[in-house]
Amino acid sequence: MSARAKPPPVVFWSAMVLIVAVLIVLPFALTQIGTTWVRVTNLALLYVMLALGLNIVVGFAGLLDLGYIAFYGIGAYTYALLASPHFGLHLPFWVILPIGAAMASLFGVLLGAPTLKLRGDYLAIVTLGFGEIIRIFLNNLARPINITNGPQGIIGIDPFRIDGFSFASYQKIFGLEFSGPTKYYYLIVALVAVIIALNLRLQNSRIGRAWEAIREDETAARAMGINTTNLKLLAYAMGASFGGLAGGVFAAIQEFISPESFVLVESIMVVSMVVLGGMGNVWGVVLGAVLLSFVPDILRFTVQPVQQWMFGRMLIEPEVIRMLLFGLALVLVMLFRPAGLLPSAVRKRELAERAE
Amino acid sequence: MQRAKFAVTLFATVMAIGLTGCGEEKKPEAPKPEAAASTPPPAATVEIKIGTVGPLTGSIAHLGKDNENGVVLAIEQANAAKITIDGKPAHFTLISEDDQADPKVGTTVAQKLVDDKVAGVVGHLNSGVTIPASAIYHQAGIPMITGSATNPQLTEQGFDNIFRVVGRDDQQGPAIASYLAATEKPKVVAVIDDSTAYGEGLADQVAKTLKSEGVKVLAREKGTDKTTDWKAVLTKIKGEKPNAVFFGGMDATGGPLMKQARELGIKAVFAFGDGACTDKMHELAGEAAEGLLCSQAGIPPQAASKAFLEAYKAKFNTDPILYAPFTYDAANLLIQAMKEANSADPKKYLPFLQKIDYSGATGKIEFDAKGDRKDAEITIFVMKNGKVEPIAVVKSGKTIPFDEFMKSMGGA
Amino acid sequence: MDTFIQQLINGLTLGAVYAIVALGYTMVYGIIQLINFAHGEVVMIGAMVAFTVINALAGSGLPPLAVVLIGTGCAIPVCVLVGYAMERLAYRPLRRAPRLAPLITAIGVSIILQNLAMLVWSRNILAFPQIIDIKLYNIAGATITNVQIVIILTCILIMVALAALVYRTRLGTAMRATAQNPQVAGLMGIDINRVIAATFAIGAGLAAVAGVMVGTYYGIAQYTMGSILGLKAFTAAVLGGIGNVPGAMLGGVVLGIVEALGAGYIGTYTDLCKISGISDWLTQRCANDGHFVLFGSNYQDVFAFAVLIMVLVFRPSGLLGERVGDRA
Repeated sequence: MSARAKPPPVVFWSAMVLIVAVLIVLPFALTQIGTTWVRVTNLALLYVMLALGLNIVVGFAGLLDLGYIAFYGIGAYTYALLASPHFGLHLPFWVILPIGAAMASLFGVLLGAPTLKLRGDYLAIVTLGFGEIIRIFLNNLARPINITNGPQGIIGIDPFRIDGFSFASYQKIFGLEFSGPTKYYYLIVALVAVIIALNLRLQNSRIGRAWEAIREDETAARAMGINTTNLKLLAYAMGASFGGLAGGVFAAIQEFISPESFVLVESIMVVSMVVLGGMGNVWGVVLGAVLLSFVPDILRFTVQPVQQWMFGRMLIEPEVIRMLLFGLALVLVMLFRPAGLLPSAVRKRELAERAE
Repeated sequence: MQRAKFAVTLFATVMAIGLTGCGEEKKPEAPKPEAAASTPPPAATVEIKIGTVGPLTGSIAHLGKDNENGVVLAIEQANAAKITIDGKPAHFTLISEDDQADPKVGTTVAQKLVDDKVAGVVGHLNSGVTIPASAIYHQAGIPMITGSATNPQLTEQGFDNIFRVVGRDDQQGPAIASYLAATEKPKVVAVIDDSTAYGEGLADQVAKTLKSEGVKVLAREKGTDKTTDWKAVLTKIKGEKPNAVFFGGMDATGGPLMKQARELGIKAVFAFGDGACTDKMHELAGEAAEGLLCSQAGIPPQAASKAFLEAYKAKFNTDPILYAPFTYDAANLLIQAMKEANSADPKKYLPFLQKIDYSGATGKIEFDAKGDRKDAEITIFVMKNGKVEPIAVVKSGKTIPFDEFMKSMGGA
Repeated sequence: MDTFIQQLINGLTLGAVYAIVALGYTMVYGIIQLINFAHGEVVMIGAMVAFTVINALAGSGLPPLAVVLIGTGCAIPVCVLVGYAMERLAYRPLRRAPRLAPLITAIGVSIILQNLAMLVWSRNILAFPQIIDIKLYNIAGATITNVQIVIILTCILIMVALAALVYRTRLGTAMRATAQNPQVAGLMGIDINRVIAATFAIGAGLAAVAGVMVGTYYGIAQYTMGSILGLKAFTAAVLGGIGNVPGAMLGGVVLGIVEALGAGYIGTYTDLCKISGISDWLTQRCANDGHFVLFGSNYQDVFAFAVLIMVLVFRPSGLLGERVGDRA
């Protein structure tokens, strides 16, 4: 963002106020159509969190991670194990969420440390393998000692609660009706805002610039005195922690998790979001995540009726169209707009030089 | 730059189409109640919405459709019967949703049914989807009856509005295990599963029952629901010389498993749960599938009441595939409870549903305290000439040969 | 002992399949340093096409071998076409782009191929008609089927033919030159684009053969079958030293045997009930259950990934590969 001319403060602040106002009113507007849409929005915002986390690794530091969903899973399972009848533990969420984020970043470092020397596509494959290994362990740690309850998943996960205030129940506050999803919505929006702010600050910080240097040319970066080892590990740890955080919220919203939710396709989906939006550009990544995460729901309400109307039956299922769109998005973006919809300034320059 | 512009325009167009579509999405829904309300007599009718949900797209869409058909039939019959509730004629409308057999989509559409203020829900199909969705129905206080989710966990959550009219895995597992133990008298049994909630859960139950009957059970072997090469696992098992092998999983993996076992010269009896209790096993394993034993929760469709079978055939011009008789009964149970309570308010009719005593297409239905069906039947099948044929029904711990069971159903 | 030999035979067959798929990865990587993520999907398409043909001809009275050969004969051109189109449309425009770009398009291509295949062949598991009479042979108490023998022999044959192609023909020389230095090769009058397209086509043709083998051996095909097979085969290629033709073969066989032996034995050796005396708690557990297996066959898929990570971390050049320099 810094590379562009900053808009005058008045314009900037009025735009901010407008955005904040829209975000506040949004769930009430959506409730008019149906609480479902608030739920869908919440899940979409979780993808925004994931995409922002992955953006640190892929966008800033240039390390392609195809197993990112593992951190989401680790966060979700940390929350589930510490706040469900499975072990009889019921810790409050504000204690567990940081633990989940810390667990995820620990695993981030565990993944990062042995793979520091790997670059590009080798790294991508190793991370993919790592993601699958985590999922397989989650799926199998039910025996000989039952830790994760295996494929059965964990049921009865506590929703977020502060004293008597539960995020899951319906409530009237100041005469306004708050459904469970609406309350979660505000919490998630707040988290996303913090993460965006962190991302923006990071990007222009010493660390952010060092990551950029590593991404452009690791050997040169090291020659310039950048401690590439620590910085790469930091990228993994930070990226993973956001994933872990999102995972914790996911577990609380769903109140049930199983390893099924953390499969490879999900990792690829998050990568697609980052790539489509624009690797390295925070706002681009947000845009990519919002676009792609609403696609399935929009398709469900458009493609299905349209096909019914045109052909009298469903020829192509929305799920298939969605996957085809994902695939096409990845290919077309790389071919025609390799820096994404909203390219980061640096990336744009760099790609313009190398391509064509 | 030209290319970039093109891509942006293309994308904008696609999104615009998507968004306009999104705006339109309300339209087909909004006029629906009015249109539906205009058909019944103009007298003040009670409009009652019943939700049905299952995978209508995806790999098991045919089963989802079958489930939906059962409910459609029940609703149609209820409307034709001109039921009155609270002194007013009742009109039932069906709201059908697609959960794609995906837990995440499942909770979203569950919320949508709650938004639509349905009085009761029949669904979902898969246990993995039904469990997270049940929490949403529970919060909203809307009764939900599943006709096909067999995982015990569903009714172990302590939700008083969640019911099932089909046998649980911990009824099915013991049934097939006891049958296996009684008829084949194996000394050593190998148990394999596919590491899914369904396969592992069922295999656990089978192993537990076999052990309690004094049969030696080998250490569990596992594959995944995508495993095609079972030879390493089977070779290991072969070394332990089991008399029988049980596999918890679907036909897609069970077929190759059985074929490869015969190629390795394993002569043990093979037994499967309902996921691999299909004719597809013959296609996948060929002659090797002959003689396999398997179980299905509930009674086979052909054993459902004649009235139901005829009405189903007349309406859909096909025979029910698997669970349609159960979803049919589930919808009827909701309606029956509403009649008894004289109200379609979930709060008012729920107590009646809990205490219901109903004779449906699948026999007598009563619920226990957890919401499970009392004395649910499990049917045992055998593969004969490439088709699975029912040979026995297990009910409240007793095994009844299938012919006798049919006679008792006909007599009832 | 017969169990062990049986496991070796199982592993060898599995490994032969991995090896043929791995050849496709290794050839493409060797020449343009691209992990063709969509290669597994080409295998799937090969199996699907073969299924359609074999299914149609199953009742025709032709001898089974002829039916399978015709199926293969139809699958190869389709796969070659897919491979060529893939290279032309998705990879060639990106040859000078950063390394991440073609990898991402490869993921995109694989998603597209998978879903298109689903539209054409449905989601269902397709059961190959059981036309081949399976004959069992005994080797030291273990059994091997005629199909397994054919698979292993085909694998050896392909390997020899490929080595001959790479080291004895003009095309092979051009391929090796392009792999070493595309610019210089271009200056020497080699049409690099043609050479690369040919590499893709050969890889895709091998994928078709692999698809037919997998389909007839296991008797099933499904639109999702390519991804896990592709990953395993890629692991095999890396294990053997990516870019190295005999390496891919060796890697495939080693991986297949590791998987078979792993699934077959790890459960036995990590069953803590064998040493149940060490703790009272364990003794009690074992008395109840009889087994306390830490890692069983459920971790079968982990072995492949663990091998992959270990090779990449400790010996990125693989078993037979040359040292890989900084390839960023």
